[in-house]
Amino acid sequence: MSLHTLTIKQLRAKLSAREVSPKEAVQSVLKSIESRDSKIKGYLRVNAEDALNQAEKADVTKPLGGVPIAIKDNINVKGERCTCASKILEHYVAPYDATVIQKLKAAGAILLGRTNMDEFAMGSSTENSAYQETRNPWNTEYIPGGSSGGSAAVVAADEAIAALGSDTGGSIRQPAALCGCVGMKPTYGRVSRYGLVAFASSLDQIGPFSKTVEDNALLLNVIAGQDPMENTSRPVAVPDFTAGLGKPVKGLKIGIPTEYFIDGMDKEVEASVRKSIDWFESQGAEIVKISLPHTRAAIAVYYIIATAEASANLARFDGVRYGLRSPEGSDPLSVYRKTRALGFGSEVKRRIILGTYVLSSGYYDAYYNRAQKVRQLLRRDFTEAFKKCDLILTPTSPTPAFKAGEKSDPLQMYLADIFTIAVNLAEVCGISLPCGFSGKNLPIGLQLIGPHFEEVKLLQAAHAYEQAHDWFKRRPKFQE
Amino acid sequence: MKSQTLNVAYVAGLARMELTKEEEALFQTQLGNILEYVEQLQQIDASSVPDTPVDPNLPTNVLRSDEVKPSLPVADALQNAPKKANNLFVMPKIVE
Repeated sequence: MSLHTLTIKQLRAKLSAREVSPKEAVQSVLKSIESRDSKIKGYLRVNAEDALNQAEKADVTKPLGGVPIAIKDNINVKGERCTCASKILEHYVAPYDATVIQKLKAAGAILLGRTNMDEFAMGSSTENSAYQETRNPWNTEYIPGGSSGGSAAVVAADEAIAALGSDTGGSIRQPAALCGCVGMKPTYGRVSRYGLVAFASSLDQIGPFSKTVEDNALLLNVIAGQDPMENTSRPVAVPDFTAGLGKPVKGLKIGIPTEYFIDGMDKEVEASVRKSIDWFESQGAEIVKISLPHTRAAIAVYYIIATAEASANLARFDGVRYGLRSPEGSDPLSVYRKTRALGFGSEVKRRIILGTYVLSSGYYDAYYNRAQKVRQLLRRDFTEAFKKCDLILTPTSPTPAFKAGEKSDPLQMYLADIFTIAVNLAEVCGISLPCGFSGKNLPIGLQLIGPHFEEVKLLQAAHAYEQAHDWFKRRPKFQE
Repeated sequence: MKSQTLNVAYVAGLARMELTKEEEALFQTQLGNILEYVEQLQQIDASSVPDTPVDPNLPTNVLRSDEVKPSLPVADALQNAPKKANNLFVMPKIVE
């Protein structure tokens, strides 16, 4: 039975009715991984034996009881390696569970294995992993997006029922768009970051990947909530995120920011997104023109703030407490310098240097302080926009997936996140879902953005659109 | 602002990271381009934002109660250390 092709909801129904066992579900997914992952390379490690053991004990009465889920390799799972796809953490074994992992385990989920990513979540293509390059299940000559490209690819390829990723500047939504699945960045503070290896702490957020919007809500139901171990997780009530599903979009005000429909955007992407706007209008949603005037500055702000925070967060990788240590260093300073040279890849080094520079004496005000101020302006843009509309609709990515190796210039690569980054800077929530396919049969993503802690409304609108279209039913073809 | 003020070799020293000559040359060019790009921020009028931007939406003092709880066992905290002895991380000698 092709249990690996099911959604969380479908699999839960079969498990609850005892039509199938968790072991059968795991076996089906493992078989899919075995036949497909040598081409996709979405997983860094698959815990086949452990997953089968978890299945033996799975309690199918729990919310995710018996559901096999993949985890991005920057989230700590006790007793498992957590490498962040970096050589510097190649042998690092997590001594504790991240809060989201505790919650998944408590909900009965089966942890399948660890998905590939750009090293330390720095990248937009999953070509920056120290171990392997993940490819797009729709066409393996193309990248899956990044940095959670492994999580997106394994969900799209039916190598997991769902997955967790992390989103610092679009790292869930952009790969979800390019792989044709659903990915959400919840509001900053909605999901605990405790146990997520920090990249840029004021931007990072863990979120769900799934095949459908409803599954996304089901996963968010499990992982959301304030955490005493994480003081940026917010004391906000956790609603039932499925509460809005099935409700119509009539009366919703959908804002269309003029700044997100730019010259140079792929024509097929623009056409698909404009069709989705027409659909919302046809269903009685009110389409409102809005402006987010500081949009053009978002990438510049992001690359100052994110690299500044990364340079501080990654200072801990010094060869002393965990991971790699260069055998060549003869004094502490040379141990630090040689270990970091040996352990980090190019993109990580580049960002650490940029971050160190913008924080250094004499340049702090010109770069970092200025970026923080413009971040406040960006945030105000969203506050003002949400006075005029309930949700904002944009493309997720300016283009469908690009070919592996196509973008070698870092600045060009950074521009791939142009439509997602401002959401992280403003700390609001955003979701990407499929809204079409290019002429080359590559998925196109639609982004809906909601105000702080309005995920219910976001999921309501996304679900209504999804159910009226059949994009999510299309699956990549595999020769097996 | 002049992005030319970036001296990659010097900043790599601040970041405690050794670079090869090839990396230095490559990053010098790439980061120069990136800094030129981010200098567009100088053109934006941010005078309406206070010098110390504070997000009014963030609650203050999100703290948990001050209770003593068990911490990570020493053995667990040390399990990933490249070198350890007597419940301590071992490093090359610092003093001459």
